[in-house]
Amino acid sequence: MMQFLPQILFVAVFAFAVYFFVRNVKRLKRNVNLGKDVNRSDQKKKRLNKMLRVALGQSKMVTKPIAGALHVIVYVGFVIINIEVLEIILDGILGTHRLFSFLGPVYDFLIGSFEVLALLVLLSVIIFWIRRNLMNIKRFLSKELKGWPKNDANYILYFEVVLMLLFLTMNAADYQLQLSGAKHYASEAGIMGAFPISQYLLPVLDGLSTSTLIVVERAAWWLHIIGILFFLNYLYYSKHLHILLAFPNVYFSNLNPKGEFRNLESVTSEVKMMMDPNADPFAEPAEGEDEIPEKFGASDVTDLSWFQLLSSYTCTECGRCTAECPANQTGKKLSPRKIMMDTRDRLESIGESLNKNSDHQPENDDKKLLDGYISREELWACTTCNACVEACPVGIDPLSIIMDMRQYLVMEESAAPAELNNAMTNIENNAAPWPYNQQDRLNWVNES
Amino acid sequence: MSKQLHVPTMASYLAEGKQPEVLFWVGCAGSFDDRAKKITKAFVKILNNIGVDFAVLGTEESCTGDPAKRAGNEFLFQMQAMTNIEVLNAYEVKKIVTACPHCFNTIKNEYPELGGNYDVVHHTQFLKQLLNEGRLKIEGGKFKGKRITYHDPCYLGRANDEYEAPRDLLRKLEVELIEMKSCKQKGLCCGAGGAQMFKDAEKGDKEVNIHRTEEALETKPEAIAAGCPFCNTMMTDGVKNKEKQDDIEVLDVVEMIANAEDL
Repeated sequence: MMQFLPQILFVAVFAFAVYFFVRNVKRLKRNVNLGKDVNRSDQKKKRLNKMLRVALGQSKMVTKPIAGALHVIVYVGFVIINIEVLEIILDGILGTHRLFSFLGPVYDFLIGSFEVLALLVLLSVIIFWIRRNLMNIKRFLSKELKGWPKNDANYILYFEVVLMLLFLTMNAADYQLQLSGAKHYASEAGIMGAFPISQYLLPVLDGLSTSTLIVVERAAWWLHIIGILFFLNYLYYSKHLHILLAFPNVYFSNLNPKGEFRNLESVTSEVKMMMDPNADPFAEPAEGEDEIPEKFGASDVTDLSWFQLLSSYTCTECGRCTAECPANQTGKKLSPRKIMMDTRDRLESIGESLNKNSDHQPENDDKKLLDGYISREELWACTTCNACVEACPVGIDPLSIIMDMRQYLVMEESAAPAELNNAMTNIENNAAPWPYNQQDRLNWVNES
Repeated sequence: MSKQLHVPTMASYLAEGKQPEVLFWVGCAGSFDDRAKKITKAFVKILNNIGVDFAVLGTEESCTGDPAKRAGNEFLFQMQAMTNIEVLNAYEVKKIVTACPHCFNTIKNEYPELGGNYDVVHHTQFLKQLLNEGRLKIEGGKFKGKRITYHDPCYLGRANDEYEAPRDLLRKLEVELIEMKSCKQKGLCCGAGGAQMFKDAEKGDKEVNIHRTEEALETKPEAIAAGCPFCNTMMTDGVKNKEKQDDIEVLDVVEMIANAEDL
């Protein structure tokens, strides 16, 4: 029985991690589904292509060559090293050691490349930390990153450093144990795996007894896998969900020209009725028709679409949007990144209330997205230039949220800035945003 | 002074039972703004010069609704859109050209769902088509060899992925085209979009148009080319603010072509 203890322990830890992860995924799904419906399941082939190009192929990451290249290394490292994690999980459950070593030279190549990648990831992560903390890069210094978001970003970097060091330590101790012919480690077939990087750690382990080496190897193995399982569950609480959500987010992202803003269907039917000379304005609503008019625009996250809510979880707060924003560049309060962070924070606050009480009604909360998180000043500073949308490497559209909230301000609260009200009155009265007569529209022809 | 412009209306065409090749959508700025009217006239001069059969709506034209929509007033936008669509459909309009990227974007992308389906082109795209068909000839002229930087209008560039038509025309003028540090997909807004043209900016360190003008001036241009009446106004104001208006003109691509032809 005792000999199975590590396996039982591993299965328990693994099962708990998976359970916790699934619970959080369910919560995430529930929260995203608080959003309104929007059809993003058309043009499947085009969507798939975009996902392969933008999410898998990282095509937008590399528009910033340095950050992009470093990110590709960490990303490729993350994806490929996961093959090793699969072996670790199987070893843990089955009580085996290096289960995949039967692959022979292929295995040696794999382990060798994991080591090289681990080193590259380690170096990239260190450069990321320097960029984030020492280099005064403006998008990492914004107000909205103060406190938790900044710490969150650094925790992730520290985590990756520790994981890579544990991986290399584990391999070094293993290699030393194999060299010394230790039971359960050494194989008659020779050395399993190749250790191009961790071999340089051998001098550190020099002189340690076999039993101490086993303790080092086991400790590194356990900490490494527990670390990964912890990280998996940390995702939901951090900005790092993008490693999973970038894929669906790009898949479901907008495929239309960026300049095309959605026409509100609810408005179309009303306008058609207003313009129809035969319509009876006092007619009873048709059977089945909603008597309560739909709310126009968004004052809270529940008025946004599920895609916009998914995007708020996908955002990893890189700030490329904000760096490109003309309003932000000229010192206005607006930051497209903050729009996404606020959306997620508000959604999470509703989520937490729902965890406690599934009947919770978000509309009764005091602090809603508009005014509670996003100020009117931010919304009115947008030039709708689409620079933020273009800049996002994972297909997020902060502009659409700004527009939905402007619609609420204007159509539900009549709260546009006074000059805009003037322009709109002009359009209504004389068909131009300025106070000129429509009958004078052709005067330019005869003016010298 | 120059020749009288020939600007027929759709109503007069209908009276004669004719359809023009293309409808020229002048837009509010192009009709009323003193600076933008020069762009309108330059475009008409070129069309007249090479004999393009076009017509305008004249007093039947009305704001596309773009500023209303970007300000959040979907009602007013759709009212405008449906009014315009009724007029356009009544004239059985097939092709529309406009010198305003905002009108261009709205009619092209947001009218179809409301029943307005037309082939909509920006005036730089239209001139490029005429050039390709051999109907328009552009030769160096006044701007040959001059340092010119081109400012991408957001609603032509990012919004509709058209970066090359205006640049191709400038290359035809044999100018020395210098790009600003943020151009094309990364082009910086002039500050007028999203109905900002009609209101004061929110509190900040500086105006967006000054910021963009500084980027343009970094290229040491002899003129700044634009493709949008609003961008033109913003950049012209920016250049004035930097007291460079005597050295650096802000010109629409179409004005540069008309100038080169000495029209």
